Amino acid sequence: MSCVLELQNIGFTYGLGTPFEKRAVDGVSLKIEKGEFIGVIGHTGSGKSTLVQMLNGLIRPTDGRVLLDGRDIWEQPKKIRDVRFRVGMVFQYPEYQLFEETVYKDIAFGAVNKGLEGEALDKAVRDAAAFTGVKESHLEKSPFDLSGGEKRRVAIAGVIAMDPDVLVLDEPTAGLDPMGREILLSQIVNYHKQRGTTVLLVSHTMEDIARVADRILVMNHGCPEMFEATKKVFAQGEKLREMGLRVPQITTITETLRQRGVNVPDGVLTVDEAVDVLLPLLKKEGRTW
Amino acid sequence: MNFISIQDLYFSYADETDPQPHVNAVDGVSLTIDKGEFVAVIGHNGCGKSTLAKHLNAMLLPDSGKVIVDGDDTSDETKTWDIRERVGLVLQNPDNQLVAGIVEEDVAFGPENLGVEPGEIRRRVDEALKAVDMYEYREHAPHKLSGGQKQRVAIAGVLAIQPQCIVLDEPTAMLDPNGRDEVMNTLLKLNRERGITVVLITHYMDEAVKADRVVVMDSGRILTHGTPEEVFSQVELLKKHRLDVPQAAELAYRLRGCGVKLDKIPLEADECIKMLGEAMK
Ligand SMILES: Nc1ncnc2c1ncn2[C@@H]1O[C@H](COP(=O)(O)OP(=O)(O)OP(=O)(O)O)[C@@H](O)[C@H]1O
Ligand SMILES: Nc1ncnc2c1ncn2[C@@H]1O[C@H](COP(=O)(O)OP(=O)(O)OP(=O)(O)O)[C@@H](O)[C@H]1O
Ligand SMILES: [Mg+2]
Ligand SMILES: [Mg+2]
Repeated sequence: MSCVLELQNIGFTYGLGTPFEKRAVDGVSLKIEKGEFIGVIGHTGSGKSTLVQMLNGLIRPTDGRVLLDGRDIWEQPKKIRDVRFRVGMVFQYPEYQLFEETVYKDIAFGAVNKGLEGEALDKAVRDAAAFTGVKESHLEKSPFDLSGGEKRRVAIAGVIAMDPDVLVLDEPTAGLDPMGREILLSQIVNYHKQRGTTVLLVSHTMEDIARVADRILVMNHGCPEMFEATKKVFAQGEKLREMGLRVPQITTITETLRQRGVNVPDGVLTVDEAVDVLLPLLKKEGRTW
Repeated sequence: MNFISIQDLYFSYADETDPQPHVNAVDGVSLTIDKGEFVAVIGHNGCGKSTLAKHLNAMLLPDSGKVIVDGDDTSDETKTWDIRERVGLVLQNPDNQLVAGIVEEDVAFGPENLGVEPGEIRRRVDEALKAVDMYEYREHAPHKLSGGQKQRVAIAGVLAIQPQCIVLDEPTAMLDPNGRDEVMNTLLKLNRERGITVVLITHYMDEAVKADRVVVMDSGRILTHGTPEEVFSQVELLKKHRLDVPQAAELAYRLRGCGVKLDKIPLEADECIKMLGEAMK
């Protein structure tokens, strides 16, 4: 494996030098390997959005360095635009940023700027639309005539069409209905698996993070508090709770049963896993029909 | 005692001249909400939840049908302000709700408009900001807050009006787990201790199970409603309509599907732990 992103002691202060100075991110150092799926969690205002915006040069760290494939992204500030093609960013509530006449043009926007044209462009747009579940029949519609969930997909497709090396999604499922959330999440996972793209997913829904992340970064008051395998992070329920976070409900259930002497393993993160470990025990007890 | 009565409500955003086919955002809804009740409204994206909510405080008026709030028809323009004093609405996107340049002014906006005297306003603003844990941000600019912080300020703005009924449109969509718990606890407390009627729109099923009654909407209509036990035991129906059940219920439902004898579908973690714990003693 090789490291795609490295953060060297980065920090960010809003309103530097004003009375409203706010240290939003402080001393983050970490390495992300190519092809990893990283979950980012943390209380509201913990600095998640600020942190991820530094990864593609949207805001410049007030201290420290961001290395992409070993090179400081601010080495040549004029070329920072290129970094935005390589680290694709889907913002919190991206549907407010759609502006083209048609869905097709909106999805194509980033890819065109990156220099794609002709057939390659068309393929990139259609593949991205298919990946995110944007219907063919919607491509010539105005993005303003779509529902909230449909707009969200268009915004994500626009970033995917640039074929970034790293895909960053800031709460992509907030406000979606349960099925919409489920579908979008599995589409992101499929995309990640097929293309090998590195993904960073910011979310407040622990159940979602538990299902998809290899490792989790936990932010707390601007500082990185944990950066470990998903199972290890969710094994620290008490510590997470102190930081305003929780473990998934299913983990609470199996963990409490385990503490009460039921023979289930630790680190159960999904309902599927819970069924697998509980069913044999219930059968043994003669609890099945 | 019934506090809000919705009678055969129809509403469409299209006007007569619109060439598009006529689709009703709310398509024949009748519902009564009792004083002191805690009602959760769930349903797929675009099913009409926000549209319905805006009818409860006269932000939107019915195309046909009626909404009666505590005896007053929302279509009666002389009653609009009375109704808004009684029913406070927290909008889905907090950016649409925050109007002032400073957090505490924003929260004071509602009571000021109602002519509350300054000392009382001060007291209410402080109390509301503390209730959502944003007191220390009272002198900040709302647009410089994080998503979740804005959402808390918007909730405080409605709490400061001290309405008899609070309608909240996905108030926890951007909150962290603890913030979600706190908002839920605050709402349950206002409901139980002060008898405030609460209407909560949410996509989080684990919040809806805490209500007295759950209303399920689908394509502008009410699909079903009942106690959380009644609604969330219909796992298949909910899934068919893009909804879900809490993980505790999902687990029990799946185990039952594999032949495990469970006489009930638990809705919360504690109940599920108790049931399974007893089964494996
Ligand atoms: N434009 C800004 N000016 C000043 N302070 C800001 C600005 N944007 C954010 N902040 C502050 O920086 C801190 C971190 O905010 P950020 O948006 O990164 O948090 P977050 O973890 O993404 O929160 P959420 O989960 O609510 O989206 C917060 O305390 C916030 O108030
Ligand atoms: N301002 C508007 N103009 C035109 N159509 C609208 C407007 N607002 C909503 N609609 C349409 O009315 C229908 C109901 O929308 P509404 O916002 O009430 O749904 P919702 O249940 O709140 O959805 P969500 O869960 O996504 O918030 C949808 O088809 C939507 O596209
Ligand atoms: Mg954020
Ligand atoms: Mg809505």
